[in-house]
Amino acid sequence: MASLDRAARSMLLSELVSGMALTLKYFFKPKVTINYPYEKGALSPRFKGEHALRRYPNGEERCIACKLCEAVCPALAITIEAEPREDGSRRTTRYDIDMTKCIYCGMCEEACPVDAIVEGPNFEFSVETREELLYDKARLLANGDRWEPELAKRLELDAPYR
Amino acid sequence: MSGSSAMASEAGPLATSADPATMPSATGTSNEVKTVEVDSHTINFGPQHPAAHGVLRLILEMKGEMVERADPHIGLLHRGTEKLVEYKTYLQAMPYMDRLDYVSPMCMEHSWVLAVERLLHIEKDVPERARVIRTMFAELTRILNHLLNVTTYALDCGAITPALWGFEQREHLLEFYEAAGGSHYHVNYFRPGGVARDLPADLPGRIATWAAQFPKFLDDLEGLLTNNRIFKQRTVDIGVMTAEQAMEWGFSGPCLRASGVPWDLRKAQPYEIYDQLDFDIPVGRQGDCYDRYLIRIMEMRQSLRMVEQCLGRLKPGPIKILDNKIVPPKRGEMKRSMESLIHHFKLYTEGFHVPEGATYTVTEAPKGEFGMYLVADGTNRPYRCKVRAPGFAHLQAMEVLSKGHMLADAVAIIGSLDIVFGEIDR
Repeated sequence: MASLDRAARSMLLSELVSGMALTLKYFFKPKVTINYPYEKGALSPRFKGEHALRRYPNGEERCIACKLCEAVCPALAITIEAEPREDGSRRTTRYDIDMTKCIYCGMCEEACPVDAIVEGPNFEFSVETREELLYDKARLLANGDRWEPELAKRLELDAPYR
Repeated sequence: MSGSSAMASEAGPLATSADPATMPSATGTSNEVKTVEVDSHTINFGPQHPAAHGVLRLILEMKGEMVERADPHIGLLHRGTEKLVEYKTYLQAMPYMDRLDYVSPMCMEHSWVLAVERLLHIEKDVPERARVIRTMFAELTRILNHLLNVTTYALDCGAITPALWGFEQREHLLEFYEAAGGSHYHVNYFRPGGVARDLPADLPGRIATWAAQFPKFLDDLEGLLTNNRIFKQRTVDIGVMTAEQAMEWGFSGPCLRASGVPWDLRKAQPYEIYDQLDFDIPVGRQGDCYDRYLIRIMEMRQSLRMVEQCLGRLKPGPIKILDNKIVPPKRGEMKRSMESLIHHFKLYTEGFHVPEGATYTVTEAPKGEFGMYLVADGTNRPYRCKVRAPGFAHLQAMEVLSKGHMLADAVAIIGSLDIVFGEIDR
């Protein structure tokens, strides 16, 4: 009887038909894909995207050139030079990130004691030439100015876990 | 033209004509008919072939459509991780582990952190919550890996639909990765002594919601493949490996269990909290491609069981050890306490020193036994790191498995071995 049953199922292409039926069922289900450049998926506050250098609310840059990020960076992507400013405070004169080397591990953000270097929510920074990915301090600060509301938000959301 | 086939065809006619008595003179051989039949040819499979699962270059010696010899050429994705790690502190080496088997990043991290913890003699001190989180993510990673393998395997065998749906489920899992570690793949989440940060408060609930709907998806996936006659024709009795052969070739993981050896490191030498979890080890019987597929499907169900158990065990508590010489202090503390600030600076510049010693620490990665042989010389960097990649052992059996099969079966065999080049080439 079992063999008859098997033969009948085999002859009637039962498993193929049920597979097709399943496919057809999914055809009428709501789509899960999103229309990318116009719609985007949600990002968690911990997302590790493009780097930015942040400022204090009064406009003063946060980075104090402690070089922890430079030291911890596994890919040696960060280069910092520093000297005292006219007012005597210690600030960077050069802060470069080679984004072609960066592996987005998030260690720089983790190491930074003043929340200056952060990896922001931006992941759309593809460029046409390699040189454009060699970020300097001006570029990083500009990123920080541009993304500050989001950056502050995500740091605030993640603060209880850090 | 391959060398060996030319030699083989020469051997016949030359052996008979080598007798000097039949040869009138040195020049008299002109009227003798010499038949050289060349019916084998060599094809280059990959490294750009989509079914090669990465950068596998396979030299296939064919006889008609039958594979006579399969010679895998590896090394196209070699990045020198083992050497590189010798020049990084133990903390800096973490992100490079994600990039070994990039399909199951957290399992790669797992071997590394367990090895470092063992060398530091802190493996007993890791808090319960950290263990549960790590086990849970290791099992989510197993599902992630097997989903990719099973669906792309179906793709290799001519079925597109599973891949389209399977990737939706993978996307959910990768969102959990992102919520915990900040990126979809290279999360850098596990740390020697615990995990980097606690799980976001809403994540366990999201994982539970996902886990509730996943069995339905697995049933649908099985409904499409398990009894499908086309899929079975492509996989049943293809690439058969007996239990003895599998052990001789150094198989591990699902490929070994498909051959009928109930060997799973989670049961055989439990690490983390696996000895407290209730799960079964699926074991195959035939050792063919179909069994390897079935084992992966069943392992996903078992992993799901374990994820649910881990969610139940997730109690509030610390997620790192308390020793600030190994794990960074809390950020609030670092801002207030001078001692914590010094620990913070020391840890992110110099790292921690690991006492002299050596360890071979293995975990059951989704692909098999993933081992980390680590030698510490008392400094802040490993003296030597050797990675035992399961895929390497599986790939070397390519020739035995595919001999006498058709070219299309070679594709099915590669898919069933679950080859990822990140770990093979390292």
